Amino acid sequence: MADPVLPPGLTDALRACAVGGVDTEVGPRSSDLTVRLGRPDDLPAAAAVLSGPHSMALATIVATDETAMPDGDLKVRYVFEPTVPGAPDQFVTLRISVDPARAAVPSLTMAVPAANWHEREMQDLFGIVSVGHPDPRPLVVHDGWPQGVFPLRKAFDGSRRVPVEPADEFPHLVAEGEGVFEIPVGPIHAGIIEPGHFRFTSVGETVLHLDARLFYTHRGLEKRMEGLSTIDAFYVAERICGVCSVAHGLGYCEALEQIAGVDVPLRGRFIRSIALEMERLYNHVGDIGNVCAGASFHYGTATGLRLKERLQQMNERLAGNRFLRGLLIPGGARLDLPDDLLGLLAATLEDTLAGLDGLMGRIEANPSVVDRLDDTGVLQRQAALDLAVAGVAARASGVDRDARRDHPHGAFAAPEPLDLNVVTALEGDVMARVTVRALEARESIRIVGELVRRLEPGPLQVALPEPLPPGGRIGISAIESPRGEAIHWLRLDAAGRVDRYHLRSPSYHNWRAVALAAGTAIVPDFPLVNKSFELCYSCTDR
Amino acid sequence: MLRILINALRTGVVTTRYPAEPSVPPDRFRGAPVLSPGSHLPPPTVCPAGAISEYVDTGGRHVALDLARCVFCGRCAEDPWAGAVTMGRDFELAARSRADLRIEVVADDPAPRSGSGRAIAATESAHNPDAEAACASSEIRRVLGRSLHLRHLDAGSCNACDWELTALLNPVYDVRRLGIDFVASPRHADGVVVTGPVTRNLETAVRRTFEAVPEPRVVIAVGACAASGGIVGEGYASAGGVDRVLPVDVYIPGCPPRPEAILFGILVAVGRLDARLPCRE
Repeated sequence: MADPVLPPGLTDALRACAVGGVDTEVGPRSSDLTVRLGRPDDLPAAAAVLSGPHSMALATIVATDETAMPDGDLKVRYVFEPTVPGAPDQFVTLRISVDPARAAVPSLTMAVPAANWHEREMQDLFGIVSVGHPDPRPLVVHDGWPQGVFPLRKAFDGSRRVPVEPADEFPHLVAEGEGVFEIPVGPIHAGIIEPGHFRFTSVGETVLHLDARLFYTHRGLEKRMEGLSTIDAFYVAERICGVCSVAHGLGYCEALEQIAGVDVPLRGRFIRSIALEMERLYNHVGDIGNVCAGASFHYGTATGLRLKERLQQMNERLAGNRFLRGLLIPGGARLDLPDDLLGLLAATLEDTLAGLDGLMGRIEANPSVVDRLDDTGVLQRQAALDLAVAGVAARASGVDRDARRDHPHGAFAAPEPLDLNVVTALEGDVMARVTVRALEARESIRIVGELVRRLEPGPLQVALPEPLPPGGRIGISAIESPRGEAIHWLRLDAAGRVDRYHLRSPSYHNWRAVALAAGTAIVPDFPLVNKSFELCYSCTDR
Repeated sequence: MLRILINALRTGVVTTRYPAEPSVPPDRFRGAPVLSPGSHLPPPTVCPAGAISEYVDTGGRHVALDLARCVFCGRCAEDPWAGAVTMGRDFELAARSRADLRIEVVADDPAPRSGSGRAIAATESAHNPDAEAACASSEIRRVLGRSLHLRHLDAGSCNACDWELTALLNPVYDVRRLGIDFVASPRHADGVVVTGPVTRNLETAVRRTFEAVPEPRVVIAVGACAASGGIVGEGYASAGGVDRVLPVDVYIPGCPPRPEAILFGILVAVGRLDARLPCRE
């Protein structure tokens, strides 16, 4: 196995900062590095080396319960990735061992703001306390959760309901002062949208602070997947989120295929990427319509919904499901795309392109709409970097990141790579996010056309070896979903069943950016700001 | 403005005529699975959502499929069971009781030894025997007439069902043409459409929203998660279906149900269409 190409000086700097010693090894993939820190207290210094001079961003934090394994401990893996365009496809993992009896680790949140929710989630689900966390309120488990019960510990039986115990009201973070009002909104909203609670504090119409409380749709899916066969778990992964079905299905598949050591045939890869771009396209087109709804431009809303409907009807023809569920399978593509369907697809995309151009023309020519979108809900570039914001939200604030280029997957990892124009803007406002979406939608139409043109006959899928290689191997994948980069982390047990699966969705990082951007807006513009980020609750909450 | 008007006129009417005219799903659409009696039917382990169950008695191996739980992935209709199970095209599957969504056939396996039989618990159904359901339906129809205003209630869905409810408001389905609308407040609603399995973190909100709806009120469970827990099932964070928390009037299977399937279910709930038992051949 070739040594991974490491940034110069990285291992030396890590060795120098870690008093308790470090051990490095290649993995999970051959291009990745895992650094075992001898003692947890060295974590902040090691993280500072990665996030400081090497400008790496936090990709995800994964805790595992290994009390039944030889080490008999809990482990936490802090996964970082490069952010400089042109950097190699690489993850650097800092791994620490935690004593289950005294489960405490130093908090990274003050130095790495993106770690905030990860650390709170780890406290709720594993009982691992991040010492020094500035906001240790519960995140994933809500009011009335019994003390000292940690659902992702292996000893916890997750198959039964846990009764709700009487509890005090959740302590929201609010601003106080003369003339300051609190506006509670949700979790049930006045519309067909997902549930979350937003606590605004405002002076007049101006938002001073927004405290968003999510995880209402927490279904315990990571626990649900533990112990499942790899194929059963795939159907759960495909259903974590409706509008990210392909992206999350693909992320799970790629992580599994890494463990299995199989290479998906070219036609399978191309069909996967066609599905991924179709998913991005129907989402982006629908989202532009939804932003119009936030700006009360009903012609735009109706047009966006109509174009999206046309694409979803095409999805149903391609996959038998309007969300493209059932098109993928571990090992490749499950359904082929014959020429007659590809012909229909080409016609649909042509109409979509014309419709999208028409819609953007109407938006840009309408001063009352543009006035609502310009300078509204600004996300500063530095904030986007600090919070490791992903996808359209990051690119509209000048962060040049796209997992299709930075962590190639699907057809982008094919021997003859596709070119990809990563669209960025600098303004970071609602208008910038709408414009980036429209340009990305056009790019997706171009990419699908290119994939169809290059589609060669051949096998769709490869069989996964039976049994899978011995347990303990880890798969990690990064997929550019419609909302940005999603990180999938998978490990199988000795019997080849899912031992631990963790999804860090783009929305997980981006939600905190919504709260920041809303702070620059007025209360009536919040729906507009929120829609311009267009985040999922379900893949954040899992 | 003029350009907008011209564009609107050029686009013309895109609205479907469903349910006045039938909707034909595309060839690959996976509707209700059809189990062929007397064939080699799959074991329960095939289904990732746990929709297939079996029991053995003197009559042979009985295989049952619970459409409320089915996620329509089509795995039970793949080799080596292709033919014994086929994915049908039927999507108008809404029913007033969980029991109506159970399809049971006898497989052609060799006759079992006596005494090895073990009955699998039949689908649990918290309430609504048929008579009660019919009575509720006529009462709803009497009070609410043919129009129905509904409050959407996301009880922890993956958002696919939510987006399909949104699709009902788009120019293609335009449910308002049928006197159906989604309203912002439960106080304005005749009932709730619930998506998701009812998560622990939403249980209180779900109960309170339901209680805020004036009586008589309907509860429509949309999609596999709401109808039965679906692929999520019951767990530390999930109640495993809306009927564990609220009395459900109509169950709409699907993962997610396509917009016309939801429309069909809503019209069943208000008594304008009759539920049809799923194909049992």
